[in-house]
Amino acid sequence: MDDKQLAKELRAIVGQRFVLTDPSELRPYECDGNTIFKKLPRAVVLPGNTEEVARVVRLLARNGIPFIPRGAGTGLSSGVVPTDGEVMIGLARMTRLLEVDLRNHRAVVEAGHTNLKLTQVVQDKGFYYAPDPSSQPACTIGGNVAENAGGAHCLKYGVTTNHVLGVALVTWDGEILHLGGKALDSPGYDLVGLMVGSEGTMGIVTEVTVRLLRKPQGFKTVMALFDSVSQASDAVSGVIAAGMIPGALEIMDKNAIIAVERGPFRVGYPEGQEAVLLIDVDGLGVGLNSQAEAILEICRQAGCTEVRIARTPEERGRWWANRKCAFGAAGKLAPNYAVQDGVIPRSKLTEVLAQVYAIGRKYDLTIANVFHAGDGNLHPLICYDEKVPGIVEKVLKAGSEILAACVRAGGTISGEHGIGIEKMADMNEVFTPDDLAAQKAVHDVLDPHDLCNPGKIFPAAAAEAMAGS
Amino acid sequence: MLQLRELSRVNLEACVHCGFCLEVCPTYRELGIEDDSARGRIHLIRNLAAGVVEPTPKVLEHLDLCLDCRACESSCPSGVKYGVIIEDARGRLEKGRRRSFWDVRVRNFFMKGVFPRPARLRSLARGLRWVQRLKLDRAAVKLRLVSRRTAALADAARVPGRFGSDVLPEFVPARGLRRYKVAFVQGCVSDVMFGPTNIATVRVLAANGCDVSIPAGQTCCGGLAFHCGDLEQARRQARQNIDEFLRADAEYIIINAAGCGATLKEYGDLLAEDPSYAGKAREFAAKVRDVSEFLAAIEPAPPTVPVPLKVAYQDACHLAHGQGIRLQPRKVLSLIPGLQLVNLAESDTCCGSAGVYNIVQPEMADALLRKKMSHIAASGAQVVAVANAGCMMQLRLGVRQYGPEVEVVHIVDLLDRAYAAEPGDGREQHG
Repeated sequence: MDDKQLAKELRAIVGQRFVLTDPSELRPYECDGNTIFKKLPRAVVLPGNTEEVARVVRLLARNGIPFIPRGAGTGLSSGVVPTDGEVMIGLARMTRLLEVDLRNHRAVVEAGHTNLKLTQVVQDKGFYYAPDPSSQPACTIGGNVAENAGGAHCLKYGVTTNHVLGVALVTWDGEILHLGGKALDSPGYDLVGLMVGSEGTMGIVTEVTVRLLRKPQGFKTVMALFDSVSQASDAVSGVIAAGMIPGALEIMDKNAIIAVERGPFRVGYPEGQEAVLLIDVDGLGVGLNSQAEAILEICRQAGCTEVRIARTPEERGRWWANRKCAFGAAGKLAPNYAVQDGVIPRSKLTEVLAQVYAIGRKYDLTIANVFHAGDGNLHPLICYDEKVPGIVEKVLKAGSEILAACVRAGGTISGEHGIGIEKMADMNEVFTPDDLAAQKAVHDVLDPHDLCNPGKIFPAAAAEAMAGS
Repeated sequence: MLQLRELSRVNLEACVHCGFCLEVCPTYRELGIEDDSARGRIHLIRNLAAGVVEPTPKVLEHLDLCLDCRACESSCPSGVKYGVIIEDARGRLEKGRRRSFWDVRVRNFFMKGVFPRPARLRSLARGLRWVQRLKLDRAAVKLRLVSRRTAALADAARVPGRFGSDVLPEFVPARGLRRYKVAFVQGCVSDVMFGPTNIATVRVLAANGCDVSIPAGQTCCGGLAFHCGDLEQARRQARQNIDEFLRADAEYIIINAAGCGATLKEYGDLLAEDPSYAGKAREFAAKVRDVSEFLAAIEPAPPTVPVPLKVAYQDACHLAHGQGIRLQPRKVLSLIPGLQLVNLAESDTCCGSAGVYNIVQPEMADALLRKKMSHIAASGAQVVAVANAGCMMQLRLGVRQYGPEVEVVHIVDLLDRAYAAEPGDGREQHG
């Protein structure tokens, strides 16, 4: 089918305005939040509801045209970057809140509903949606499902998969399936679990049934400053060893602090500060004070130079807004950044971070670290200027070396950003060819002709994609 | 290839594509199209500058659809000044653009012939006033000479009986003890369309111990020309205002329109490359204060007359996002006894007015206005207080088109009422 005919038939389904074909107009769809890998899609189509998605997919499948689902494009692993002539199916128009059932702590949203907005809708009633990736003001719940997104507060509350109970799935050939439901554990195989984190390679999730949680009765947020990241890491281990499970345990290192303090969401951390640790404890009001006191003491013992508890909800809000915009503030360090997502055992934080810094020195690259210390989920932001010839190759090499170091320490290559194109080659670090073949066999049941977001996750395709980018 | 100025390039480089600006962008929220978001437009402009993207009609459509509301700037972790980028790009693209004969004539007529020339603007407004008084506008709708929307727009923009400049002298002394020496910017459209608000503003300033001078030689701030990309015209107007206002030798330059205020505060940038004006422009810009910003900072005289109304405050984009002024207007309103400030959902989302946007992009402007009016209805407010002439006109249009029946006024109008009937206040009633 030629481009003209394709556009005409897509427009017949979704309307004139919501099909983009002009190459100039397709440019903003060439990448996601990771700007290293770029490629134009063949066309972009933005359906308005599940039925339209199914009709679009049927049209494409009939003609053997591969497709990529895309939420807000805030992903960081190039999971929505085309490899060869895919049509992009944007879900950003599908933002409806289909149902809120507060008595049973459930909500049903369309895939394009943004994460934070769900909390905003129910917070007056004392509820919230727990997974909180830093991009939550913009990212979609559909995208969160695709990547099994995490966030600062997943230490205590779990990642997306712990909060998704059902999905509507448009299969590779345009059939609409409803998997799972409102029950906490649906009978039969956990197909919902299979979908969460499948990165759009098994069909398109168009509706999601999620759990809502009661807002904790109280919060205490502790901020502690340290002269070294290793002291801050010691404090993290101390808190966990004391038997507490805080909502979040977050560390930023010197470069990350410089970035956020240069941006508009500054807290006022001292200049040249080596490390800041943010700890949220929440739950029943009773006992929060003693927990916070114990944490203050652990931080002091670990050698902090300053530690205190947020005095007001506004102050707590400022601390968290500052932390959550750390990636976006990387623009204050360099025009581009690539972020890694390695996971390590918490006990290896200091050791692996030393290796991260060494890799930075080796390649002469500035690396800012901001990480979910409680989960051992590192986010080294490798800063660079894409205009410098040859630098992207260096950034990619440094990134892979960092992931290899995580794996050597007993960890793995991704905590919450997904594999996408970016980490395909690194899959070989953690899986044998047999492992990968087994996973591919599962994939092929649901996408037998490789039409659903092809060229992602599985490293066999890595070389081709890299060559084409 | 699009050649951008240094300031735009610096800001483009600071964008790392995180997408925090997506969801706050009114046009993206409306359409879900990346090209119609701040990040998407930055990506287009970046690629236009790199020569990768051509300024095709489709691309220009996406850039044209931007409201320039700058909500994206408020959400940007890297502090990217998107307004600088889009205005620069638009200005430069304008030169290579083929617009229709009439489009060019109409633009030039207003940008160069009317807004910068107060006398002409007043004559035109007088004409419009007669058209409205004789109900010729309604006749024109009946005869289908103009669309119903155009007529509703004109109806929302009823020209008051007197212009601000008909009433305001060049100098109004402080009432009571003199505390400050200020100069008042009466604006171009504000002068003729919102004379009563301007008069109220001067009265409120005088009541707060301000000697107010109103330089006669002032002109339009240049914002309209600036936003349409005509930087040269904007600079001419800026120089004239700088000369006029610095001569007045005031401590502060006060403005009651958010859009103009944002432009006035940017004079330093606008004239940075003009050696004979750069210093004066910075001096001027440093003195500019929005009226609510000024009042909130000076411990205003407490108003005593109760205004027992439920009031919703609609943030003006160029106040909240452009100048970071959010708390001050609310603080000023909360001084008024009896006034109940109610919560307005999405109060810092653009109403669709955006300069001449509601005229050149009626479809999107209406969609945003409809949403705004439904939030206003849900707020239960009797009055909507605004801080900008454009928002006032647009929301009045909203009341007519979609309801609810709320009164739309400027913050200082309410404050003026609360000061108005004070005992011993022997001043004349204006407007």
